[in-house]
Amino acid sequence: MRRLGWLRSTVASAVVAAAALGGLGGGQAAAQGKQLTLCWAAWDPANALVELGKDFTKQSGIEMKYEFVPWTSYADRFLNELNSHGKLCDLIIGDSQWIGGAAENKWYVKLNDFFDKEKISMDDFVPATVVGYSQWPKNTPNYWALPAMADAVGWTYRKDWFSRPEIQSAFKAKYGRDLAPPKTYDELKQIGEFFQGREIDGKKVYGAYIFTERGSEGITMGVTNVLYNYGFAYDNPKKAYQMQGIVNSADAAKGLEFYKELYKCCTAPGMTNAYMQEGLDAFKSGQVAMQMNWFAFFPGLYKDPNVGGDKIGFFVNPAGPKGHFTQLGGQGISVVATSDHKDDALAYIKWFAQPAVQQKWWQIGGYSALKAVVDAPDFPKSAAFAPQFLESMGIVKDFWAEPSYAQLLLDMQKRVHDYVVADKGTSQQALDLLVKDWTKVFKEQGKEVASQ
Amino acid sequence: MDTMTTILQPDHATIPGVSKPVKSRAGRRVHGLSDRAIAWLFVAPTIALLLAINIFPLIWMIRLSFTNLNLSMSYLPLRFVGLDNFRDILTDEDVWFRLQTTAQFVISSVALQVVVGFGLALLINRQFRGHSFWTTIILLPMMLSPAVVGNFWTLLLQPQIGPFNYLISLFTGVPPSSFSMTGQVSLAPWTIVLVDTWMWAPYVMLICLAGLRSIPDYIYEAAEVDRASPWRQFWSITLPMTVPFLMLAVLFRAIENFKMFDMVNLLTSGGPGSTTELVSISLKRAAFEKWRTGYSSALAIILFVTVFGAANIYVKTLNKVKQR
Repeated sequence: MRRLGWLRSTVASAVVAAAALGGLGGGQAAAQGKQLTLCWAAWDPANALVELGKDFTKQSGIEMKYEFVPWTSYADRFLNELNSHGKLCDLIIGDSQWIGGAAENKWYVKLNDFFDKEKISMDDFVPATVVGYSQWPKNTPNYWALPAMADAVGWTYRKDWFSRPEIQSAFKAKYGRDLAPPKTYDELKQIGEFFQGREIDGKKVYGAYIFTERGSEGITMGVTNVLYNYGFAYDNPKKAYQMQGIVNSADAAKGLEFYKELYKCCTAPGMTNAYMQEGLDAFKSGQVAMQMNWFAFFPGLYKDPNVGGDKIGFFVNPAGPKGHFTQLGGQGISVVATSDHKDDALAYIKWFAQPAVQQKWWQIGGYSALKAVVDAPDFPKSAAFAPQFLESMGIVKDFWAEPSYAQLLLDMQKRVHDYVVADKGTSQQALDLLVKDWTKVFKEQGKEVASQ
Repeated sequence: MDTMTTILQPDHATIPGVSKPVKSRAGRRVHGLSDRAIAWLFVAPTIALLLAINIFPLIWMIRLSFTNLNLSMSYLPLRFVGLDNFRDILTDEDVWFRLQTTAQFVISSVALQVVVGFGLALLINRQFRGHSFWTTIILLPMMLSPAVVGNFWTLLLQPQIGPFNYLISLFTGVPPSSFSMTGQVSLAPWTIVLVDTWMWAPYVMLICLAGLRSIPDYIYEAAEVDRASPWRQFWSITLPMTVPFLMLAVLFRAIENFKMFDMVNLLTSGGPGSTTELVSISLKRAAFEKWRTGYSSALAIILFVTVFGAANIYVKTLNKVKQR
């Protein structure tokens, strides 16, 4: 029993010591200055934002802390945080598709009053980014974010390979036209086939890199670039949520078939589950002639000592038989409703919206959506990829931004990957099943889904 | 009398001059707390933790499985939907397909692990030079984290730079970049079986080794006196006496593989398409990517009941085997 008595006093001492230490820690924390935590994805522009944020700290005295998560777990991690009303993030740069759920679930602070008070006008931003990143419901003046990082899918190509006389003459001999960045998907496929398996500088190279990732959003963000241009739409523009015959139209099925052909004919072996990083690796290692990827990565690629500078060229997502669009990327910055530092977070947004800050944001590797920056006369010459970025932002389309977007996205991931990579069924069957899946999701959400 | 004296002298009746311990309440109290109370005090945090992180979530999950809760649409009113979630799951072709995929993975991987693990145990059971070194080498894979295993096998299996394809090419002459172990529908299911076997066959080996070492030498000596061949000794002594251990290994590995998530998620993400989408991946997607909380709770209960039921039947069989 003496042993138990000894233990009892030890436990009591430990509790007292822990309480004392806890008190001490709290005191230290309280002594520190103000701090804001900004949550975003871990990628090149995030590093630029850290650099930019130093100016904010200098001006306001508010320390900036960052929580960056890799893209493959970005949505899981932060949607979980928002769902559980966590306090990790004061500011969040959330994906465009989250806006519906974030607004309906009140995860974000509505910014209308703040914008009015601070004279921040959404008319000063590129329209597609306002609709894509800020508004919910879409096309209504209800703002939940400030456009922070404009982005879209674009293409890079090996300008040095394209300009070699022997390659140019071989291409002309085969296709009867000059080798140049493709304007249409048919041209892109021809160029892909031309480069596929070709030996350049003693190394076997491949035609094109396209998104095929299964787990998060990869293959959907890739295939939509073709689907839009083949006539695919998410629903009937005249009857919301009416998808039958629109999502699975014969044209859309042809577009899906084309993406599969492109995957089969022109990609490097093993690219069965590849997204942004794999594309960058393939391009940087000199493996592919053309690469599909987000504009956000292009500043970094341009600076690459092996494939950047004069060796790299950029082109806009090619057109298809039914139109010319590209997939919207990018995000808006929002204040998290559960944050204890909302005023400081709003002060950050006010600072970030300033034209001078936006100009610097673009210069150091971010993509501004402010018209004053992108419509400036010298903007197209400010970077090698600036003209293509500007053109792309005028032709963007985005995935569903409904509160149920995650279900809609994962359903599309499954149906498209099943068809394109796993060779399951036909393109028509894949899209028919997708309509079935999406109809079920919208019905669960309480929406009326017309069949015709 | 001091309580400690009572504890140190178990049989008081046989010790002369020592009276029987007083079983009064006061006798067991020290500083106002009885032994039992102190024991409870120490156990209470564990029980509280168990209730908080195991029992309460389980009960909560059962409750949620009868609702339409979707965390991505938590603004919608929570509705009691009865058995709708269970009906949806049990009538969904995709769920049955996932269960079929999982069953194929569990059966193939466990069977292979038992064969390889038992074979390794038979080898390691012999005394040879470098015995300890090789035992350590064989055990290394099971000491690694599944996340590490998933990541480095992804690199090993990469068609262009991964050594695995080059190794296959060396023996078969097939060009290394002409096939993708994780990207082809015909190869991906076998790839996850292969990697899982590489990682967990050593675990089966350890269990089998315990079984082999528990067989008394005199049985083999008696068999040798009877001029039984090594083959006969294996079939009549070694195998029957290690069967309970093998069954235990099968039970542990089958339960683990039924829940398998991390390694497969890293290797294939359930792809190509849905070829290697095990039911655990499906459950994770429903719960934490689609946020279908009600539905995924129901799916989790179905899986729990399935594993629990199968394990119970198996344990009963195991007991019967042991009794024989």
